[in-house]
Formats: sequence, C-alpha cells, structure tokens
Amino acid sequence: GLFVWRLRSAGVRQVPCQFVHLCRIANDRLITFQYFNFLKRMYVTQYNKDLSQRAKPKPDSVVSPFHELQQLDQEKKAVHKISPVSAVHQSWCETSGRNELREMKSAAGTEDSVTAVRAESKEDRQWKEMKLRLDDLPGILARLSKIKLTALVVSTASAGFAMAPVPFELTCFLLASLGTGLASCAANSINQFFEVPFDSNMNRTKNRPLVRGQISPLLAVCFAAACGVPGVALLTLGVNPLTGALGAFNIFLYTCCYTPLKRISIANTWVGAVVGAIPPVMGWTAATGSLDAGALLLGGILYSWQFPHFNALSWGLREDYSRGGYCMMSVTHPGLCRRVALRHCLALIGLSALAPVLGITTWTFPLISLPINLYISYLGFRFYRDADRSSSRKLFFCSLWHLPLLLLVMFTCKKSVLEKEDKGDLLGESRERAMEIRLP
Amino acid sequence: PPAHSHSDWIGPPDRHSHLRPVIFHVPPGESALERRLREARQEAQACNQRFWARHNRAFRQEKEEFIYSRLKAKGLEMRDESGQKATLNAEEMADFYKDFLSKNFKKHLQYNRDWYKRNFTITFLMGQVALVRALRWLRGKKKNVEQ
Repeated sequence: GLFVWRLRSAGVRQVPCQFVHLCRIANDRLITFQYFNFLKRMYVTQYNKDLSQRAKPKPDSVVSPFHELQQLDQEKKAVHKISPVSAVHQSWCETSGRNELREMKSAAGTEDSVTAVRAESKEDRQWKEMKLRLDDLPGILARLSKIKLTALVVSTASAGFAMAPVPFELTCFLLASLGTGLASCAANSINQFFEVPFDSNMNRTKNRPLVRGQISPLLAVCFAAACGVPGVALLTLGVNPLTGALGAFNIFLYTCCYTPLKRISIANTWVGAVVGAIPPVMGWTAATGSLDAGALLLGGILYSWQFPHFNALSWGLREDYSRGGYCMMSVTHPGLCRRVALRHCLALIGLSALAPVLGITTWTFPLISLPINLYISYLGFRFYRDADRSSSRKLFFCSLWHLPLLLLVMFTCKKSVLEKEDKGDLLGESRERAMEIRLP
Repeated sequence: PPAHSHSDWIGPPDRHSHLRPVIFHVPPGESALERRLREARQEAQACNQRFWARHNRAFRQEKEEFIYSRLKAKGLEMRDESGQKATLNAEEMADFYKDFLSKNFKKHLQYNRDWYKRNFTITFLMGQVALVRALRWLRGKKKNVEQ
C-alpha cells in the first residue's frame, strides 16, 4: 500500500515524461536499445524530479539537511544500466519515491498525507547500530558501486563492441561486459571511499552507504579489490591484454586522478571526459584486439558528449560545489563552461561526419544524425547565450536522449561486415592463385 | 544507544556539519591496536566535525552578508511586502560562489591532505584489527578441534 502511494505521488510529474519515453520505446527495434531507453527513461524521470525540485525558490534561512534541495551527481555520465531490470526498477521506485517525499515535505511544509514521510524522516533521525546485516548487503553494495552508472558504462562499452567491424562473438562480448562492469564497480567504490565527508554535505549524495555508516571503509576497499582485481584479470586473460590495460588505466584515472582533482583544479572535467570515453574504446578493442581509428572516433564522440552533458548539469549545482570546495568550471569560469559545452556540441557534428570516412558507418549516418546534432548544438548555443537555469536544463535533458539515439543510429548505419569479408575473400583468392603460379 | 550493545552506533546528521556522529563501543578486552583504531576514528570525527561546522557556518554567514549588500545596492529591503525574505537569483549569486570557492581554496587543500591521510590510516588499522581477530578466531577453532 505504501509502495503504491509512493509511486502515485512520484507519478504526477513523471507521467508525461514516461509516456513520451514509452512511445519512444515502442519505436525501437533492437532489444538491447529497448533496455537502454527504458533505463534512460528511469534516469530522465529521476533527474526530472531532481531538477524540478531545484526550480523551487530556495529558502534563504538557516538550512537544515531536510530543506536542502537535491543535488545531482557530477559524476553521473548519463545513460543507464543493464542489471536485472526488475531489481533496478524496484530500487529506483523506492528511492525516487522516498526522495520525492522528503522534498515535498521540506518544500511544501504541509502535512498532506505525510505519515509515510514522517516515518521515513524519523527513521533518519534515529541512532542506528553499525552492524552489517547480510540481507542488506546486496542493496548496500549496489549503492556503493553506483550500479546504475556502472550499467551505463557497460552499455557504452557494448556499443563500442557492437560497432567494431568484426563478426559478433557472444562469449567475448559477455566477458568484456562483465569485466568492464566489475572494473566500474571497483572504481565507483573507491571514489565513495575517498569522498565521505564531502558526500555528507551534498544533498544528493548524503544517502550513500559509507556516509550513513551502513558499511565500514575497510569493507568498501575490500569490495573494490574483490571487483577490480577479477574484473581486470577477466579482461586481460579472457578478452585481451589491451582491454585489460585500458580497464586498469581507467580505474586509476578515475580514482587517483579525477577524484582528487575535483578539489584542486577545473581540469578534472577533461579528465572525467576521458574516463567516460574509454569504455567504448574498451568495447572496440575487446572485439578487434587493436586500437584502430574507429575506437578512437567512438571514444572521441563520447568525450565530446561529456561536456554539454556535464557543464549543463553543473550549472545548477554551483552553490553546493562552492560550499563543498569543488573546483568546477561553472563556479570559477562560467564563460569557459558555456563555451566548452557549445564547442563540443559542434565537435559532435564533425565527429559524426568522420565516421564514414573511417569506414565505420555508411554516409547515411552523418545525414541522419545531423538533425539531432544540430538540435543539441542549438541548445548549446542557447545555453551559451542565455546562461540561465532553463537553458542549462534543456541542454542537459537533451544530452540524455541524444547519446543513446546517436549510438542507435550509428549502429543501424554500421557498414556491413559481410561487405568487407567478401572483398577480403576476393583478395585472398587472387593472392592464393598468385602463389600457386609462383610455386614450381 | 543501549548500554548492553556491542557495536558502534551512528546518529542522524549534525545540524551544522551534516556529518553523522558515531558513538564507539569500548569492548572490555580492548587491545592496544584496537584502542589506537578507536582513538584515530574519534580524532578524525572531531576534526571533521570542527572543520565542516565552521565552514558551513561561514558560508551561511557570508552568503547572508552578500545578499544584504547586494540588496542594499539595489535599494531593496531584506524582506519584501509579504514578509518573505528577498533572495537573489542564481546569476547574481554566482559571483558569491566563485568568490567563496577561491577564498577557501587553500583551506580545502589542507583539509583534503589531512582527510586522505586519516582515511588511509584508519582503514589500514581496521585491516590490521580484522586480521588479528581472524587469526585469534582461527587459533581458537584449532584449539577446539584439538580438544
């Protein structure tokens, strides 16, 4: 009963969004991308809720934790996860419902059927025993490893794998996906391990397991090792050493470069963009075993995409970044923030045009993707010119559907592997004949 | 937390620092290593609490002052007709955020270094304690088997 009520209360703002995305789902042909869009829908609606809450006028008085508006994770690189859909859906419903309730209470201050909210916040105000309960452990570990973000990372790696011009091998694909997923879990856990006091001070992140004391730091580190070591080993031994090296490097880049750099210099955004760009490269190298131009192009597309996505997002979080001591462009160099976002929107057009030149896709790809790239560039321009919350929100939400759509179009315009194989065969045959002639 | 409890207890977030305080359980047969761990955690907790409470308070105060000065420059009062507190929009506040961040940059650097050191030390001690406890448990099992 309570669960249903939570859904209903959360549903009001989200129904139109869900409907739009349901329609989009109905139009998708591929199953993998259906999952993609389903998860994106969940992601979008959660962000919609978060951002729509931010739109309320901020009370200027002394802020109690319950009054602070929800923040968005600066690390979330959009797109979603491929874990067991039902589990994710459940946890999403619960958390979004709970968060929605908390927000409603603080913002409205009214007592409209707030019994559930009261129970929830009362629970939060109680003292809790710091004892690990085994049945809570899966949920705790899921939140520790940022499982939704991990799913997103795995799906971009799968996109890289799918775009590689080689025949599809299921075992390789599964091993690569699993290895990437484990590596991502490890990296996210270490990130949370490093950021406990900062996460406590930001509203979005204050319910993380380490912040709440649901798990000890030692266990978090052990979990990270238990995911990272097998993950990288799986990639190195089960797929190929290059993919393994990229995975290990990405973990290092995220935990030891990006995380500390967030508090030191705005360069963290560029490092973070590289972190986001590596998974599709890993997917490609997993399939082909080498770092071709195609891999770099795919990485380049994701790298460029990070900027409009993150810069638009960070525009609404300036207060929390400032208070938390995070060095972000939106706070320190706002002009640069908007310029970079626009620059990279335009770069996406260029990169899409490069795809057929490198033989990854046919020429239909830049043609079909031109409207969506132009649209995001238009929003990027609006953001650059207006520099306000509404333009940043529009750009952010556009980036959420832009990437899956772009990857989907790319996949459908992929140059057929068979074409290449036929040409290869012909060459092979003629070479054989030439050899036969040469033999005495 | 109840007196008979054998574990640590964690409380709701503090109003100023937003950190959750922990009450540490002191077991009767606490070893030197375990005491070191507990003291390290208590110290880190106190240090964090001091830093964030002071920092957040400063933020709130400076924000108020900034809003007041800006409103005055615009010729407006702190409270408008309906008695609501007047606020500045995000773009106007941006100058304050940028200023605040750069003013506190060195403070944050120092705190980061301190926090990372403490975090590693505590986790390492936790590892040592866990290892010692595991060995003790194994030795106990071996004794039982022998008996």
